[in-house]
Amino acid sequence: MSEKKDTQVKKVAIICAKAALEDVYAALVMANGAVMEGMEAKVFFTFFGLDAITKKQMNKLHTATVGNPGMRMPGGLPFPTLLGTIPGVEAGVSAMMRSQMEKLDIPPVDEFLDMITAGGGEIYACKLAVDMFKLKKEDLSDHVIDIITIGDFYAMAGGDGSQVIFT
Amino acid sequence: MAQKTIAGVNLQVTEEGYLEDLLQWTEEIAKGIAQEEGIELTEKHFEVIKFIRDNVDAGLTIRKIGKSGIVDIKGFYDLFPGGPLKMSTKIAGVKKPASCV
Repeated sequence: MSEKKDTQVKKVAIICAKAALEDVYAALVMANGAVMEGMEAKVFFTFFGLDAITKKQMNKLHTATVGNPGMRMPGGLPFPTLLGTIPGVEAGVSAMMRSQMEKLDIPPVDEFLDMITAGGGEIYACKLAVDMFKLKKEDLSDHVIDIITIGDFYAMAGGDGSQVIFT
Repeated sequence: MAQKTIAGVNLQVTEEGYLEDLLQWTEEIAKGIAQEEGIELTEKHFEVIKFIRDNVDAGLTIRKIGKSGIVDIKGFYDLFPGGPLKMSTKIAGVKKPASCV
């Protein structure tokens, strides 16, 4: 008989590569949830995910109203794709989502980063993506510890009970 | 459900050690639970615990405690290292919050 042995998760290394509201919040909720449970959390933002740690963009993230099959009208009817193409609709829907989240005590991105780092979580930016988007360290949130390569990030992600998560 | 004796009082607790009845709670019990968690309670801890007991019905989050005016979030982590919300609620004798933030 084989004995089942669970190794507890002690550390999460989360990679966020997309700028959509839901992708960024998935990464932030997981990171914050980890530090809340006394686990180590490190988040690596790359490609469009950099918007989440770029001062100018971080609190204006959108959710897609086109090409998003999960999007519904209030009441549950399907959200017509053509409606999603009208200027301002995506911004309006995104603002609505943000206000719904606020009601559940889910903070705006900048404050969420405050919370995660207050709990000991670490935030990193991807060097390749920062170069590609021609960003500078000062464009990024003050919570960003460093701009590093994915190799550097992997080097920090090891250890017993570590998990790498991609959103 | 389990039984546990803390500070000389026989208590009903959940599997994870949270009090079933928040009215059974006393400061002595808080000290007993905190000791098991390796925390020595100070006045500041008790201020946070009071806030938790007063606000438990409204739903507790780390963010709310950070805005309580008693501690900021960093301070909250310092007071209850290794899982501040679950640890402080356990010591405060309230049920474990089902919160992701």
